[in-house]
Amino acid sequence: MIEFTNVEKTYEQGNKALNGISMTIEDGEFCFLVGPSGSGKSTIIRLITGELKPTAGSVHVNGYSLERIRKREIPYLRRTVGVVFQDFRLISNMTVYENVAFAMRVIGAREKEIRDRVPYVLELVGLENKKNRLPGEMSGGEQQRLAIARALVNNPSTIIADEPTGNLDPARSFEIMALLEEINNLGTTVLVVTHARDLVERFGKRVIAINDGLVVSDGMEGYYSHEDQ
Amino acid sequence: MKINNIGYLMKEGLRHIFTHGFMSFAAVCVTVACLLIVGSFAILAYNLDIMVEDLNKTSEILVYVDSSLSDAEAKSIGTKINMLDNVLQATFVSREEALQKFVADHQNDSAFSGVQAQDLRHRFVVTLEDNSRMEETDGQLKQIPGVANTSAAYELAEGFSTVQDVLHIVSYAVIAVLLVVSLLIISNTVKLAMYDRRDEIAIMKMVGATNGFIRLPFVVEGFTLGMLGATLAFGLEWVMYDALVARIAEADSLKLFNFVPFQELLIPMVVTFAAAGMFVGIVGSWSSIRRFMDV
Repeated sequence: MIEFTNVEKTYEQGNKALNGISMTIEDGEFCFLVGPSGSGKSTIIRLITGELKPTAGSVHVNGYSLERIRKREIPYLRRTVGVVFQDFRLISNMTVYENVAFAMRVIGAREKEIRDRVPYVLELVGLENKKNRLPGEMSGGEQQRLAIARALVNNPSTIIADEPTGNLDPARSFEIMALLEEINNLGTTVLVVTHARDLVERFGKRVIAINDGLVVSDGMEGYYSHEDQ
Repeated sequence: MKINNIGYLMKEGLRHIFTHGFMSFAAVCVTVACLLIVGSFAILAYNLDIMVEDLNKTSEILVYVDSSLSDAEAKSIGTKINMLDNVLQATFVSREEALQKFVADHQNDSAFSGVQAQDLRHRFVVTLEDNSRMEETDGQLKQIPGVANTSAAYELAEGFSTVQDVLHIVSYAVIAVLLVVSLLIISNTVKLAMYDRRDEIAIMKMVGATNGFIRLPFVVEGFTLGMLGATLAFGLEWVMYDALVARIAEADSLKLFNFVPFQELLIPMVVTFAAAGMFVGIVGSWSSIRRFMDV
């Protein structure tokens, strides 16, 4: 579960990114986080992954309290949150299989676990036949699938996708969103940060809209249809 | 950290060396160059120190024995002289031997042609362990019964001591500066290698790798590169030094310079190069990776 209570965040330079945000995302939910550039979306992601600490208020993520978390606990928090980025952030000289296995190896998984888990995750994202390819030999959609596989492989309870379709055409974007929905159906909490209005409307999930560091709407009803009125 | 991970981390550290071949090559080259400069200066300083020490040892005190003593009594004073703590060696020179040397030194000088052995005294040529204490030892020698007089060149001995002290200070200062400069250059090279892999480190942090797990392969890599650089520098140093010593030995005009054979320096050089390689490799990689850990 992700729970923000009256969270404020002011950066060292004095920029106030969040002005008292409160929201709760329950385990197993699929949720979109939308808002204009500079509204505070990236700050929310960085708070969830333990990269930042709140200036005021409290943030709870999968049992960790972010305002009190110790530095050595942050890696363990991150193992509960898989992150997918717009620019994929893959290791270009590693194959598909190695990119995914790498995420398991660096948290100390045994080789047998890696051999069992990586093929399963690659099959889940539809890359089982491309395990020996390098990222540069694949399309943008496939690279994003690989990034999702890497985020999933350590079995996190939450997946955060930051503009996952920003570099993809509409058809590939839909496929990625459908894949995230499928992952959500398997029980993983999914939070998608996006500007893709058509996708948000098409999937009909909960939408949390933020602006100027505040939640301006939160619900299943279309945020954009409200905006159009 | 689990024991079964250690093997993986070591392997990963060694793999890094090959997957980032150019940066590894650059780090090794910089290490070799820096250690060669520091090592060459250290050897040169060591040899100069030994040469000055050898020159210094030629400083001696002449101890003249009272002419009223018999030959046997004169020789027995040697035992008392040798008992002084700063005396390295006391060599008895009889008045006859002294005359031979005197004649040899003044054979073209008719003014000394009538000098007889009886005109001279038995004497001891005394060399010291520490020439900086020459004045103190000279005073002790004068206290020995049967010693008539002494002759010592304090200024010369002090001059050698000063030269040696200055040489020590300059050597330590230059070696320290060269070491610091080397460490900075090597650390910067390792930093460049780290920068090359900042994305990899960011991914490791993102998926929840602990700092220890991220650091260890880099430290293994730094250690390996440092040791590789040290080994190559050591080999080159040996070859270059032997070649230089051989050339000096061949040149008649440079016979004055008596260089120590490299074999005599083998153990201290191996230890110093290995320690320096290990130090720059580990410290360089450890300090360089710190800035990439705060993600």
